[in-house]
Amino acid sequence: MNIHEYQSKQIFKEYGLPVPNFLTANTTEEVLASAKEISDTNWVVKAQVHAGGRGKAGGVKVTDNLKEVEEFADKWINNKLVTYQTDDQGQPVSCILVEECTEIKKEFYLGAVIDRSTRSLAVMASPEGGMDIEKVAEDHPEKIFKVFLNSPSVGNEDHLPLAEGLELSEEQTKEFKDIFRNLVKLFFEKDLSLVEINPLVLNGSDNLVCLDGKINIDSNALFRQDEILELRDISQEEEKELRASEWDLNYVSLEGNIGCLVNGAGLAMATMDIIKLAGGEPANFLDVGGAVDEKRVAEAFKIILEDENVKAILVNIFGGIVRCDVVADGIISAVEGVGVDVPVVVRLKGNNSEIAKEMLGKTNLNIIAASELSEAAERAAEIVK
Amino acid sequence: MSILVNKDTKVICQGFTGSQATLHCSQAIEYGTSIIGGVTPGKGGESHLDLPVFNSTKEAQQELEIDATIIFVPAKFCKDSVQEAIDAEIPLIICITEGIPTLDMMKLKQNADSAGCRIIGPNCPGVITPDQCKLGIMPGYIHKPGKIGIVSRSGTLTYEAVDQTTQAGLGQSSCVGIGGDPIPGSSFIDILQLFEEDSETEGIVMVGEIGGTAEEEAAEFIQSNVSKPVVAYIAGVSAPPGKRMGHAGAIIAGGKGTAEDKFLALEKAGVHTTRSPAKIGEEISKLV
Repeated sequence: MNIHEYQSKQIFKEYGLPVPNFLTANTTEEVLASAKEISDTNWVVKAQVHAGGRGKAGGVKVTDNLKEVEEFADKWINNKLVTYQTDDQGQPVSCILVEECTEIKKEFYLGAVIDRSTRSLAVMASPEGGMDIEKVAEDHPEKIFKVFLNSPSVGNEDHLPLAEGLELSEEQTKEFKDIFRNLVKLFFEKDLSLVEINPLVLNGSDNLVCLDGKINIDSNALFRQDEILELRDISQEEEKELRASEWDLNYVSLEGNIGCLVNGAGLAMATMDIIKLAGGEPANFLDVGGAVDEKRVAEAFKIILEDENVKAILVNIFGGIVRCDVVADGIISAVEGVGVDVPVVVRLKGNNSEIAKEMLGKTNLNIIAASELSEAAERAAEIVK
Repeated sequence: MSILVNKDTKVICQGFTGSQATLHCSQAIEYGTSIIGGVTPGKGGESHLDLPVFNSTKEAQQELEIDATIIFVPAKFCKDSVQEAIDAEIPLIICITEGIPTLDMMKLKQNADSAGCRIIGPNCPGVITPDQCKLGIMPGYIHKPGKIGIVSRSGTLTYEAVDQTTQAGLGQSSCVGIGGDPIPGSSFIDILQLFEEDSETEGIVMVGEIGGTAEEEAAEFIQSNVSKPVVAYIAGVSAPPGKRMGHAGAIIAGGKGTAEDKFLALEKAGVHTTRSPAKIGEEISKLV
């Protein structure tokens, strides 16, 4: 789960990480009032969306002119911000962060993420702050310093390799030690999967300040993170993916025109891949999970069909423990009930798959039964040609 | 021979009386698996599927000789169940449950390693040695005893590979689902090592997917440690970056973890790959 920058900064504050003074506002009037409260002379205003690249997209402004603060608020509130990380519709803005200006002497990167190969927490720092850290990792891997931790208990010197990498003074290293310790504490206590401070800056009085904040939380841990769960902003989530999740369906929309309905995430990806191999383009990823019942299959069809690009649907179910004739029955009822108006290629594998194929072939619906996966993909690709 | 489990493996089930556990344990028993009891807190002393139920894994261990445990406990409580199994030093812990927090798994993996226990999963279909022992949620009938070892991060996609090797007349020595989470209890490397040492396994099918670098690490391992032919398929060539594709671990993040990178690493290491999930059986047939 993702949260907004202002929410990340509130959590930083709770954990004793230094952040600039800020307020949030939802209307132009509130933005102006907040600005006056924060400073008499200059301000930073930032549109709050769940996406990076806001600066380049005009979603961040530094100004000493209150008129420009007002214009910024007018421009973005209730509008959509398009960045290189969003789709071409952009993300809706309903909240503006109003912050005091921070003089920047140096910019660093500080982040933490679960490192899968060492099965530990990797805390990373780089003197190349404010930049795209993935690009730094690619072009200058020697400029990224890492420390690996197995537990929340931080040793007295664990922060040193990073502080040295950032070439911090003795005084700054002391400050950094607290930041490091609190960041790790935060990571473990709030079940994060990623935290990034980019940039962490050295301000005019040579103190370290977290100028930006990004936090991702492990979705599997939300059952024990009630406070985090309250920070969820569903306006930032893709509407169809959200609705799919309410039915326990895993849906991701793609660019193609062959809709997919599959049981199991791995098989769903494999189905997309084989559609591509057959010369088609998948319109979505959709995993119906273990229980392939009529109701959920019907919901899945509805979600797939909302995408106007979809010209055919490929259903690929590996029956496993459920009998294929039962699955076929559910699919036929769902196609009929929903009124699916594009051809549906169905490949069912497992117990009673021959009976199922016969059942599918007999309907007067637009259903094409296939036995093998490659055959099914080829049929679907032919239909949309 | 086989790996991990065989007809002599004595198994208990944690979360025994729940609906999923009941369904899959019934099928496992029917398949011939030697399930000898189960654990459900508060139901100790009762009988379920004609087998004794215990309040804790420790209690079960006092009465029974246990080689393996299969866990169906809901994600919220699963950390404690796995830890109980580690404390009881059960050598093989198979965790089917999906949705365990990653930081819990990080801790459990460390604890299991120091106790000398092996965890398979979580978020996996389990382990099967055809006609001997079925410990998981996979359909038994698609498997046939034979010579191919299968290791996979997926569920139904594993069944696809199993079915193809059965159709090709090769059969399977054992099949292991290591699960789709970012931190699995056992890695590809752990299982590849076992297949390499298993005299019955003549060829190996490895099914990976996007996310992480487990396949790249496996490629390096295969190059210097595996003499048997390996066919690999990686799911998710067409997956977009930054989107979680169902499994918690299946995400291309920061340009890392693409299927293409994994294919290239495997090919560089001399592993036979197939870009079509429908050709896994055909490819391994050519090599054994």
